[in-house]
Amino acid sequence: MIYINVERKIFTSDGNRKLSLNIRIPDKGLIFLIGKSGVGKTTILRMIAGLLKPDRGIIRINDITVFDSFNKINISPQKRNISFMFQDYVLFPNMTVEENIFFAQKKKDIKFINQLMKIFELESFRNQKPENLSGGQKQRVALARSLAKKSTILLLDEPFSALDEVIKKTIRKLILKIHHMFDVTTLIVSHDKKEIKQMSDYILYIGDYCEIVKN
Amino acid sequence: MDTDFVSTLLLTGKLAFMTTLCLLIIGMWVSYVLAYSKSRLKIFFEALICMPVVLPPTVIGYYLLVAFSPHNALGKFFKNLFDMRLAFSFFGILVASIIAGFPFMVQSLQNGFHSLPISYRETAYTLGKSKMVTFFKVLLPNIKPYIITGVALTFAHCIGEFGIVLMIGGNIPGETRIASIAIYDEVQICNYSVANRYSLILFFISFILLILIYSINKNFTIGSKV
Repeated sequence: MIYINVERKIFTSDGNRKLSLNIRIPDKGLIFLIGKSGVGKTTILRMIAGLLKPDRGIIRINDITVFDSFNKINISPQKRNISFMFQDYVLFPNMTVEENIFFAQKKKDIKFINQLMKIFELESFRNQKPENLSGGQKQRVALARSLAKKSTILLLDEPFSALDEVIKKTIRKLILKIHHMFDVTTLIVSHDKKEIKQMSDYILYIGDYCEIVKN
Repeated sequence: MDTDFVSTLLLTGKLAFMTTLCLLIIGMWVSYVLAYSKSRLKIFFEALICMPVVLPPTVIGYYLLVAFSPHNALGKFFKNLFDMRLAFSFFGILVASIIAGFPFMVQSLQNGFHSLPISYRETAYTLGKSKMVTFFKVLLPNIKPYIITGVALTFAHCIGEFGIVLMIGGNIPGETRIASIAIYDEVQICNYSVANRYSLILFFISFILLILIYSINKNFTIGSKV
């Protein structure tokens, strides 16, 4: 479970506002974060990942306090058991597809990587550099790399935003498949009402007040 | 070809090679810190590192000569600890060349680090990689064109260094006499044929290095457009 009770000032085109959040995110769920642009959806993911520091509050991941402003605890992203997939995939151009995925592992688990390669249908271009891949292929590599770390929490920042409808459909299916297969808690930032309705277990509304509801 | 001519050219090459190597190692870390630091002192250090570009070489040469004197702290330190004289020695002109070449290496590498999206570092961190692993496996391999530019610029600048080396090293054959000083020397005694040989070699080395830099930048620009 993720417990997040934080405050942070965020900067938007409409000026500064305070993001205030006090929620518990259940284990193993597929949770969609929705809200207007600039409301702080990505900020929440980044705070959970440790890439952004809340102004004050507490974040607990699986009963481990990863951030506590009162006791001055702030565990680095490297030590939080999470995987983060950025909106623009961020594959490292100097590495091949296979090297990008292996990079996420502490010890090389070839069997697991081969399993991921098969699930994401990456076997035929495992030695290709990211510059030779299409948007959908890059997306699959980034997803496989996120899973290769074997984290219990998967944070996906707008994973469908840059894809066309056909590829979106494939990626949606893949996310559902891996979510159930690897038993991870998955948090997704999205704007698409249709996919939220189809895929989510829970919906986290971010706005003037924040609440989590079962779909 | 006389031995003095060859030894002067070899000394020039040795100085440029060692300066570039030292600056590559030091410059990687300095430029990394400067590129990502949020400290208010960053501007102060950036300005300090760039001083050799705007200052007359004789000014830096003068200050270094004073600092290297065995009567002052730095010179005394090297004298007492290593029994080494900085002024009028190869080690002295190496230190001076490193200081003079600092902005060329650091600015190239710093531009390289700035060219990378911040998400490279963030992704590596969320994948559990330390700052050290991220630096060597992700950041450095992706700024290769900037590293090559920095190396070529530093090397080219070093073989053309005149003022600082003359101030610190004087003109001791086989010890501190590099090609640029030798040209000046040969012209003074009207030995134009030797001066011409030195000049042609320096001209072609510098020209080839600049062609290398421009071709790398061109390829890199084309590559990033794709």
